[in-house]
Amino acid sequence: MVNLTLSGVGARYGKRVVLSDVTSNLLVNGELTAVIGPNAAGKSTLFKRVADLIGGAGVVEVSGAEAASGRICYMPQDTGVNAVLTVYESVLLAAKQGGDWRVSDQQLADIDNTLDALRITELAFRHLSELSGGQRQLVSIAQALVRKPGVLLMDEPTSALDLSRQIEVLTLIRHLAARMDMTVLIALHDLNHALRYCDNVIVIAEGTMVASGPVASVITEELLRDVYQVNARIECCSHGQAFVIVDGTVTN
Amino acid sequence: MTMASETLSDISGGNRYRALAARRILLITGLIAALVVSVATDMALGPASYSLSEVVTAVLWPAGIDVQLQVVIWDIRMPIAMMAVTVGACLSLAGAQMQTILANPLASPFTLGISAAAGFGAALGLVAGVAIFPAAVQYMVPLNAFFMAMLASLFIYGVSTMRGVNVETIVLLGIALVFTFNALLALLEYLASEQALAAVIFWTMGSLTKATWAKVWITGGVLAICAPLFARNAWALTALRLGDDKAASMGVNIRRLRLETLLLVSLLAAIPVAFVGTIGFIGLVGPHIARMLVGEDQRFYLPASVICGALMLSVTSVVSKMIIPGAILPIGVITALVGVPFFFSLIFTNRRRSW
Repeated sequence: MVNLTLSGVGARYGKRVVLSDVTSNLLVNGELTAVIGPNAAGKSTLFKRVADLIGGAGVVEVSGAEAASGRICYMPQDTGVNAVLTVYESVLLAAKQGGDWRVSDQQLADIDNTLDALRITELAFRHLSELSGGQRQLVSIAQALVRKPGVLLMDEPTSALDLSRQIEVLTLIRHLAARMDMTVLIALHDLNHALRYCDNVIVIAEGTMVASGPVASVITEELLRDVYQVNARIECCSHGQAFVIVDGTVTN
Repeated sequence: MTMASETLSDISGGNRYRALAARRILLITGLIAALVVSVATDMALGPASYSLSEVVTAVLWPAGIDVQLQVVIWDIRMPIAMMAVTVGACLSLAGAQMQTILANPLASPFTLGISAAAGFGAALGLVAGVAIFPAAVQYMVPLNAFFMAMLASLFIYGVSTMRGVNVETIVLLGIALVFTFNALLALLEYLASEQALAAVIFWTMGSLTKATWAKVWITGGVLAICAPLFARNAWALTALRLGDDKAASMGVNIRRLRLETLLLVSLLAAIPVAFVGTIGFIGLVGPHIARMLVGEDQRFYLPASVICGALMLSVTSVVSKMIIPGAILPIGVITALVGVPFFFSLIFTNRRRSW
């Protein structure tokens, strides 16, 4: 079980501050937290900062049994790769996390199970360069999940997937988060996915955090107007699920 | 369900992976066997031709053969044959890791200016009589070549440590070095006497004929030091091929790995060039052939690159003796003539998977 606490987290590239004052103690194990905001708001930067890939202000605190093993797994947005590796080998890379040259039966079993859970077993021995964008994204997700992280940072993991695959993957991640006590941060552009699959949300705009909290209370018509410059309505379907209907941009 | 009716889909991914790994090991073993045959053939060919059985006897039971055969094999031909192996291995391994850390399929000691710098260093000695290490003037040409090659390598290394420098910058820098040193070399050639000019041109074509056991041991020693150091980083180097962000997220120290590798690659590229002159193509194509055969998992790619480079140069050495009987053509010329058609055939049969 891992909890993640962000206190005044900021990030910089050289002397340029690109992210500041992100604070949240809502990131608990078993739950999904959406990170939303316009393009270039700083979502990917936040993930890199939490994964300790870049430096910056504030404190990222990982607490819980898994913290000692440092299992923060960051799945980048970019899945383009031209390595001459099979899907199986690329997931094995992630599963091994270094170590010696030997490959254990347990590692192979973990890979088989991960590919099976994502329904991409048939891609196992295809080369990465032969895959479509959506298939590469699924492989990226497999590389992240096989590491059994305590904290999983997923940067737009469904952007290249068709609708049924998006639902399938998000349902799987939610299920795995609960079963494996993972803390999951997931950057999403589709606000309806955030409303449906996530428990909490952090809203980033122009390099700062503008709101955070339970997703249903944070995503409001006012927020959408202020952050995305769109006129929208939040409605509820017959099953009680909230969803966003966009009427147009503010300038229209 | 019987074994006969098992389909590929019934076999677990783990078992398929183990079968794939076994096939790759078998392939690498086959390449080693081919290398042994090539080296034996290389030693059999020359002004006096010997059979393969005579060569094997001379190598394994030297005390039982006549003196002339012993001298020809052990003192003349074996150093050349082993030089081909060690130089080919060094150049191909250097090219393989350059392509890995720079994420550029065109990276090699030749394309990053190291060979051009070495050529300029050699020309300084041959044309202008400049010895960078005056105390060892009898080794002027190789020492000059080594010094300039290491200077170019360390320059690239130094620039790569600067903040804000990315792989594209390093590749462009290498290209700039190629043009710079080729221009300086051309200037020296313009000013050179006929005799010096001939010597420079011969050096830039590459030659194994001046191989000695000392040079073989030095080149082999560099390979024996660098290869295990790369092997230790096999996982990290493979992870680098998934992209910097992903590798970093797996815990790879990208910057340190690139710098360490660049330093080792500098050594691997500079020393062979100092001894045998400019041999292009091996450092570029050897890794590509290895990649097509076994993929980019460094546990297979690293040994395959070493053996492919050694095999390419060994076969080239054989061919260089066969084209004109009794004569040995410049090795650097033959590598391209022999290697290009073979490389094309691999490209067109593996174009979906190649870089």
